[in-house]
Amino acid sequence: MQSQQKFRIETRTWLEQNCPESMRTSMVQEEVVWGGRNAEFANSDSEIWLQRMAEKGWTCPTWPAQYGGGGLDKDQTIVLGEELARINARPALTSFGISMLGPVLLEYGNHQQKQEHIPKIVRGEIRWCQGYSEPGSGSDLASLSTKAELQGDNYLINGSKVWTSYADKADWIFCLVRTDFDVPKHSGISFILFDMASEGISTKPIQLISGSSPFCETFFDDVKAPAGNLVGRLNEGWTIAKRLLQHERTMISGFGLSAGQSDNGGTTSTISSLEGTAMHYRGDSKKLSDPVLRDQIARFKIDADAFAHTSRRSVEESKHGHGPNATSSMLKNYGCELNKRRYELMLQATGSQGLGWEGEGFNDEELQLTREWLRSKANSIEGGTSEVQLNIIAKRVLGLPDILSLAQK
Amino acid sequence: MALVLSEDQQLLKDSAKNFCEQNAPVSVLRGLRDSKDEQGYDQAVWSQMIDLGWAGMAIPEAYGGFDFGYGGLGVVLEETGKTLVSSPLISTVLVGATAIVQLGSETQKQDLLPKIVAGELLTAIALDEHASHHPSKIATTATRIDGGYSLNGSKTFVLDGHIANMLIVVARTSGEADSEQGISLFLVDANAKGLNVARTIMVDSRNSSNIQFNNVAVAEDALLGELDQGFNGLDLVLDVARIGIAAEMLGSMQAVFESILEFLKQREQFGVLIGSFQGLQHRAAEMYSEIELCKSAVRAALSGLDDPETTQTEVAELASMAKAKLSEVFFLVSNEGIQMHGGIGMTDEFDIGFFIKRARVAQQFLGDASFHRDRYATLNGF
Repeated sequence: MQSQQKFRIETRTWLEQNCPESMRTSMVQEEVVWGGRNAEFANSDSEIWLQRMAEKGWTCPTWPAQYGGGGLDKDQTIVLGEELARINARPALTSFGISMLGPVLLEYGNHQQKQEHIPKIVRGEIRWCQGYSEPGSGSDLASLSTKAELQGDNYLINGSKVWTSYADKADWIFCLVRTDFDVPKHSGISFILFDMASEGISTKPIQLISGSSPFCETFFDDVKAPAGNLVGRLNEGWTIAKRLLQHERTMISGFGLSAGQSDNGGTTSTISSLEGTAMHYRGDSKKLSDPVLRDQIARFKIDADAFAHTSRRSVEESKHGHGPNATSSMLKNYGCELNKRRYELMLQATGSQGLGWEGEGFNDEELQLTREWLRSKANSIEGGTSEVQLNIIAKRVLGLPDILSLAQK
Repeated sequence: MALVLSEDQQLLKDSAKNFCEQNAPVSVLRGLRDSKDEQGYDQAVWSQMIDLGWAGMAIPEAYGGFDFGYGGLGVVLEETGKTLVSSPLISTVLVGATAIVQLGSETQKQDLLPKIVAGELLTAIALDEHASHHPSKIATTATRIDGGYSLNGSKTFVLDGHIANMLIVVARTSGEADSEQGISLFLVDANAKGLNVARTIMVDSRNSSNIQFNNVAVAEDALLGELDQGFNGLDLVLDVARIGIAAEMLGSMQAVFESILEFLKQREQFGVLIGSFQGLQHRAAEMYSEIELCKSAVRAALSGLDDPETTQTEVAELASMAKAKLSEVFFLVSNEGIQMHGGIGMTDEFDIGFFIKRARVAQQFLGDASFHRDRYATLNGF
């Protein structure tokens, strides 16, 4: 307890001295730092903040110091999180390397792979994208058909991926490929890493119902990846793929959590809270005049509260266990559904002013809301649909018999 | 705020679980119902609960209690909820003792709390006057008379009213009929003259009653808490009770869900286990998620109660969150409990019916989901 207190004081002091003032304000979308070879820093303080945090390894606080991580234990990580939250510090770095690849590379990668990739993730030098879904393989991800054939020292990769977020901006990709077509689908998949600057890769952005998006189609035409870039064993990539999905779901479930937190007041302006928005557009001062909407907002906020407590409980419980597990499916599913509910209520709260598409007559926040509302519809599709999450809960948590495995035989 | 149980709480929970399964399964409640038991609870079971120290769980050591906090009482309530134990635990330990600890004078505490711990005193709170919960809408009056007060009015939905030795009566000493100002609490001997207690038989087979006060005279020192300013303290006591009830509901809904899962894994139709049907799997997975949220809501609320830094407004928010959420989910799970068991779920022989009956009473008790959503909105300034 005493050492924890000491760590808190040290951390607080360090943050006071090293976190630039402008990094102690709520994040704006344009200033999110993704890192990478072509990293952009819309705010120059972001670069300083990233450098300082990366030097301490605190962009990845729990990762081993050996590979540049912070080497903190769970309690220290919680303290660091609390201290960062206390000064409303922005995340120094956001990346799929941190939230998805890093944890599985630490678990399944060999020493050389860790040494090559982990420090660059910590420092935000390489930006990663995820090669998972394919045009013919969505919920049935394991049916994927992008092919990798060993030719000399390289794998030759052919096929295409879809929903590859930021493929047009990423430096490297972690990719699921089929390395054996003659075995049951789960047993012929491998997990491989390669440079997006390699010859034979092209990307094409996807327009969504909400407008432009980070999603891309990605095409591989005789792309060469060194054989040493295969993570884990040949044809055993599905285990790694699933593990990574658990990390992805934990990340996505945070959408719902942050929705809950911003509604708990604090740093956000009144107008961005649901009840504040609803009252603002109705000209109400003391009590929201629409009783039905008021009840729905109260219900949402209660669920968001209970969900936030559940996420915290899951962190506390993982102190005794190990990392995310099947409950990540529950958190992902609930968090996403909550976030969708939040945007529907936000739209209701804003009335016709929440329905503008572009141009005059609407302020920026209103126009952003329309797009975000539409974008939120993907929450329950990406990272495994809500229906897939419910299947996983039924099978892995509740132990109900699996009719799908019967269908696959 | 601790959201996982401490080692001590886990041990207590395990022993409570064991006790309830062994000594107070649902069949005990069934027996009380079928025999139209006068007391409405099993004296032997209650005596054992006293021996286990459950009556003194959240009472400070200075008054003979065990100072185990509401976190401790909460896990006991959760376990009693699993087997629908009917006992004075809620009326006397959760509500009565809390009211005396929170509002009582030193003399009242010294006098009454040790008796609760020893099982010598049963209390009941006489609060509601209408079919829906509205704690400030009090028309029962307490008027000054020589040497004390005279109580007049009527109360309904009084849990354990007919077995209590002492009633905690919420009465109006001044102010308008719906005002929070002018409410006072009184300790009234159950044998007082002018008191008429009529037991009502409720769907959940637990004790309830209607009570009439006709010029019931009480002494000056019957006042519990401050004159005219009783509402604030009452509200805190009710919030503690709401959180405790939420803990009990958590146990009950888990028992229903376990029964559903068991059934899904053994009932065959169309040549397969019905648990392999996606239509049922998804409903089960959604219930599981909701119950997980309930668990967190209850743990957060209980640990909020035990944390001396929690303000009364925070307690109120936690209580309304927990009671609203748990009421909604218990509604869902108890309905699914019938539906997913199919025909057998409708039979009286099967226990699941006891749970849906208890669910509706527990939902209603001290404010249903819409009452608490309204209150939560008000507390949050909208």
